[in-house]
Amino acid sequence: MKQHILPAIKLTAICLVFFSVIYPLVIWVIAKASPGHGEGETVSVNGKIVGYALEGQSFTQDKYFNGRPSAVNYNAAGSGGSNKGPSNPEYLKEVQNRIDTFLVHNPTVKKEAIPSELVTASGSGLDPDITLQGALVQVNRIARARNISNEKIEALIQSQKNKSLNGIEKLNVLQLNIALDKLK
Amino acid sequence: MFTEIPGIILMFVLLIILAIPFGRYIGKVFNYEPTRLDFLLNPLDNLFFKLSGINPNKQMNWKQHLGVMLLLNLIWFLLSMFILMNMGWLPLNPDKNPGMNPDLAFNTAISFICNTNLQHYSGESGISYLGQLVLMLWQFLSAGIGIAAAAVVFVAMKERTTEQLGNFYSFFIRSCTRVLLPLAVVVAIILAFNGAPMTFNGKDTITTLQGDTMQVSRGPAAAFIAIKHLGTNGGGFFGANSAHPFENPNYFTNIVEMVAQMIIPVAMLFAMGYMLKRRKLSWMIFGVMTIGFLILTVPTVLAELQGNPAIGKMGISQSSGNMEGKEVRIGSGASAYWSIATTVISTGSVNAMHDSFMPLSGMNQLLAMMVNCFYGGCGVGFLNFYIFVIIAVFISGLMVGRTPEFLGKKIEAKEMKIASIIALLHPFLILTGTALASYIYAHNPAAYAAWLNNPGSHGFSEMLYEYTSSSANNGSGFEGLGYGNGSSVGDNTLWWNITCGVVMLLSRFLPIIGPVAIAGILAGKKFIPESPGTLKTDSATFGIMVFAVIFIIAALSFFPALSLGPIAEYFGMK
Repeated sequence: MKQHILPAIKLTAICLVFFSVIYPLVIWVIAKASPGHGEGETVSVNGKIVGYALEGQSFTQDKYFNGRPSAVNYNAAGSGGSNKGPSNPEYLKEVQNRIDTFLVHNPTVKKEAIPSELVTASGSGLDPDITLQGALVQVNRIARARNISNEKIEALIQSQKNKSLNGIEKLNVLQLNIALDKLK
Repeated sequence: MFTEIPGIILMFVLLIILAIPFGRYIGKVFNYEPTRLDFLLNPLDNLFFKLSGINPNKQMNWKQHLGVMLLLNLIWFLLSMFILMNMGWLPLNPDKNPGMNPDLAFNTAISFICNTNLQHYSGESGISYLGQLVLMLWQFLSAGIGIAAAAVVFVAMKERTTEQLGNFYSFFIRSCTRVLLPLAVVVAIILAFNGAPMTFNGKDTITTLQGDTMQVSRGPAAAFIAIKHLGTNGGGFFGANSAHPFENPNYFTNIVEMVAQMIIPVAMLFAMGYMLKRRKLSWMIFGVMTIGFLILTVPTVLAELQGNPAIGKMGISQSSGNMEGKEVRIGSGASAYWSIATTVISTGSVNAMHDSFMPLSGMNQLLAMMVNCFYGGCGVGFLNFYIFVIIAVFISGLMVGRTPEFLGKKIEAKEMKIASIIALLHPFLILTGTALASYIYAHNPAAYAAWLNNPGSHGFSEMLYEYTSSSANNGSGFEGLGYGNGSSVGDNTLWWNITCGVVMLLSRFLPIIGPVAIAGILAGKKFIPESPGTLKTDSATFGIMVFAVIFIIAALSFFPALSLGPIAEYFGMK
């Protein structure tokens, strides 16, 4: 076995250079040609960066569409879910509280219209999307807070929604709120 | 609700369509037949061997193969420990993350060289970019080791009598440069163009639309995520793994990552059929594995699409399914499919938090890892299955009263002893670990309150999952483990770091040594040509036999533990 020690060390060193240096550098160079240049694509309003296209951010005000609950408060210096089990009584109480809070802010909404993703925390804590239904149940509140007609906001939702390959109609909350700010 | 089903079927069909030709390619690689990439990769491989002074044509017997394998891993472990403990002051650390404690470094080093990628740290704050790049090296090399070990077994299964089973360095480098690298480049580019970051800049700080300050972690993620899936490693660049929008930006990348993590384990089966010219045997094994996979997948997908009944009782809409710990762009159905795929094979990357799945979904994830050979990890999945084949041959032989033979070689006491030990090692490690942890917790629940994030049976499942994941070299987790009682330390404690590290180490190398030893011993035996009395190992009947062996071993070993965890939780929710 002794005669293998030196070759094995050398082989490890060469692999280190090839797979940990050359391979990532090649991908790094190619990624420069991608839309975000490998830095992560940002979204700007009036020339000012207001967020990363892929990452959700916290919207708590009534005049904005609110995203999903986040176990990390949308702090993208970390990420993660609540890791609460489905039968955990404390967790179920928390969900009930979220439903109650939602109903306080959206008094016109019927309970059975609230989709589960609006009251459950996402896996990453940075989920950028809500479903179509999740946006529609917030229309009344936003219309009141902004003094715009329901129809205009609903039309905005319809124009912003997209359907991914899994058949779920969803909306990016940041894009939706930027468009909402532009709405007169 | 069922709009999500076609996407799931697409992922599975796409996998089969791509895995069959790729398997033939892998077969050619290990048969040393010409392939289209030779013009590029022949000089590259030669460079590796020339610089390290290795003769790739020197034949080795099975003991020499294992010796080289263990030696390489020892060197990697030492290098890994050094980097992980010192990365605080080493370069490529823009976020100024500290080096690891010895016990965390021990756990992480073993975790990555053993292809497990159990992570007791978070990518954003627990490791520098240098650390990430070195862990990425193990993602290539540990997968290469698994594939090379399977290649040794394939060569040994050929119809001849020999001690000469090829050269381990050559198999290993071919696995890395010809099997993993070409796919890794393609997948990394796809991910980068869909928004996965690939930068060496540190965190960015921005002001959000609502006016809050937000920090955004980045890094050279695209390259890392590609190999983490192809090599069935599964360690996330970011804490949330493939649930993170940067790791898995959209449903298309979800499909790519899904196919990437399953393609090599499935293709290895077809590679074996090609190398041994036994296509039917490939299809028999593929059939058994697929049936096992589907039995676990279908109920999980349905359970998650239906949502959490406890939340349903609150009167809200369940149209999105059980969304706790899941992402809207992926959906509860595709997350459920992924959760079983990532546990039957040993990836352990997650696109949804397994701790928050419904009780029986959690049980299926556990079962997938307890069996650990429905496809299984890169190379090692086949090795695990090989053990069950040997046991099934032996039992069938006894049942029909013939000498047990597999591919023209007699199976005798020595091989059976090795196979039995390896088959029992997995339940032994899982159950002993869980029993010890449960004992410690139960004797002083107040002192160890931080261990469990959830009360009752689900808390027990968290501990059972951690050891199952370690022993299956999977690396996913019920990540609530260690976060109970408001604790922020997580599973990064001395107990979990050391015990999981030891379990991963034993369950990585013994199940490689066992099958290689059996195959090596069998290769040296006299070849007995097939006769009418030979047990046909490529028939459906034999497939059922293997499945029965797997089912009985899993059921007998794990049913008591499962009934304390997920099954009790399920009935508690009724």
